[in-house]
Amino acid sequence: MDVMQLIVSGLANGCVYGLIALGFVLIYKATEQVNFAQGDMMMLGAYVTVGLTNTQFLGLPFWFSVPAAVLIMGVFGYLLDLFVLRRMFGQSQIAVVILTIALGFVLRFFAGLIWGHEPVSLESPITGKDVRFGGLVLGLDEVVIIVTTVVLTVALYFYFNLTRLGIAMQASSQNQLAAYYMGIPVRRVNSLIWALAGAVAAVAGILFASKGSIDPSTGLLGIKAFAAAVIGGFGSLPGALLGGLIVGLIEPFASRYIAPGYAQIMPYLLLFLILVFRPHGILAQVYSKKV
Amino acid sequence: MRTLFKTSYDADLNLFQHGMQAFWYLSLLAIMIVLPFVMDDFALGEMTNLLIWAIAGMGLMILVGQTGQASLGHAAFLAVGCYANVLLQQKLGLPFIVAFPLAGLIAGVAGALIALPMTKLHGIYLGIGTLAISILTDDLIVILEPLTNGVRGLYAPTIEIFGMEIDRYGNTARFYWMVLLIVVAIVLAYRNLLRSPLGRSFAAVRDSEVSARAMGVNVARTKAIAFGLSAGITGLAGALIGHFTGIFNNETFNLILSIQLLLMIVIGGLGSIHGAFFGAIVIAFLPQWIGFARDSIGQLIGATSTTIPGLESAVFGAILIVFILFEPRGIYGRWLKIRTYFELFPFYRRDMFRRQKSYLKTERMR
Repeated sequence: MDVMQLIVSGLANGCVYGLIALGFVLIYKATEQVNFAQGDMMMLGAYVTVGLTNTQFLGLPFWFSVPAAVLIMGVFGYLLDLFVLRRMFGQSQIAVVILTIALGFVLRFFAGLIWGHEPVSLESPITGKDVRFGGLVLGLDEVVIIVTTVVLTVALYFYFNLTRLGIAMQASSQNQLAAYYMGIPVRRVNSLIWALAGAVAAVAGILFASKGSIDPSTGLLGIKAFAAAVIGGFGSLPGALLGGLIVGLIEPFASRYIAPGYAQIMPYLLLFLILVFRPHGILAQVYSKKV
Repeated sequence: MRTLFKTSYDADLNLFQHGMQAFWYLSLLAIMIVLPFVMDDFALGEMTNLLIWAIAGMGLMILVGQTGQASLGHAAFLAVGCYANVLLQQKLGLPFIVAFPLAGLIAGVAGALIALPMTKLHGIYLGIGTLAISILTDDLIVILEPLTNGVRGLYAPTIEIFGMEIDRYGNTARFYWMVLLIVVAIVLAYRNLLRSPLGRSFAAVRDSEVSARAMGVNVARTKAIAFGLSAGITGLAGALIGHFTGIFNNETFNLILSIQLLLMIVIGGLGSIHGAFFGAIVIAFLPQWIGFARDSIGQLIGATSTTIPGLESAVFGAILIVFILFEPRGIYGRWLKIRTYFELFPFYRRDMFRRQKSYLKTERMR
């Protein structure tokens, strides 16, 4: 029973990592850009929801502020691409990495300025309730997180593989010039994918803030989620979720069965091993490069 | 406008292109040497800090600017150099003059060993791997407590070379001169490296791995060497940081430091020694500038000077965003443009430094 509880809480944690990793992968899959500010966008999404919902701020009803926050973060992502990242067109991958790291610093600063540095948690209806499955007592928040994540991943997977826009997004990353020739509006597609990543970040933020508390440096969690994305296979949506789950599960088990100090290094150790032995992740998307 | 007549092939390889260039750099060196006679101890300490940052910047520049491989985890090698240097002195009783180069060597070997399995990867994956290394190093220092003293940290001993005591607080001027000497040595080594076949192969790997391979460059080996050299120089900087701050623990070399290092050389200008120095000037003096600006604004609006957490890194991030968007070549690139403008006075064209447009192609098949 103890192990089951550990597994479920690990899965719930892993799902949040997976959701952030999903944001990385979405952007990477469609634009080949790596967005290091994804964790900070999640933090921002969480704060927007907290700012709308919590009584100390605006005190709007929860079910109004959730879609509002998702929408706001979507618009934020779109504008971010429109005004900042579009200028990076044709520059090296690493320039985008550096840019988004810097962006993360700035976002963290403004979040601290607006909402303060005290940890806050979201006043949400799913916090602090229990669900019973047989002898198992699970938090409702954990169940909601797991269900939402799985639904979102499956939906995005089918979206990418079956819809016109999803295929256009893949095409624009595989060969930008050819995509232009096929009449795909590559720049607008890029902005849309940033909007989508922003919305996913908002969902991750909402789930994270209802499970625990957030503060402006929560965005640094993004690094762990990034490790998850690489472990799963960068560029694969199910891989992101898989990686997130692995990282989420390995942490509580390492701290329980090895030593508490080892919990935080296990994900990175795993990441390092994966990079050495299976460089492109468990669900690899890369084959040898053709000239 | 200056016209250079090269009368032999060797002229291309000269350390200085012409006499005026030699004159300017040597005068800069002369000014740097006499600085302790005109500056007080605090300012001199800041200058020393700047020079140490410049060494670390040059270390990373070899990797990022010259070989085109990004590292998000160079603080790990600062840590290795720093701990190796102090531990060699404390546990084995080696003098600084032996421990210091050994520390650089250890950091370099560590870097090459880590890079070896990852050199087959390209682009962002190497960056991710180094990111993991940086986080692991932080935790390893805590776990290896018997050796590293964990979070309580270690104290750097006073340096003694041939009976002469060099201490950052006791005699700031001597410490400054020592760092300056190391900087000059590393700049010369760096400059010579760029003129050697190895340096050329670095540039070939940076510009195109496929064409480098076609020209007979062993890409994996070149990357590993670049990583090793880079980690070695960074390790030397780490050893100096240890002596500069006096006390250090795992927190001294956190992930933020790695990222700051990378951001620093981008602001300075990738691919040039000058860039490392310009970046070091920005990063070493930025906290002072921000503090100064905050105080004067506070006086202006009559508010008490309160500290705003995270302001420093936010300003740093904002400067960086502006640079990446509007001047991707950094401060040195801007300087080159200004200089070219005046050298060619009426003939400078706006598109002179324009880069060719490139379109993205993925390596993924799905």
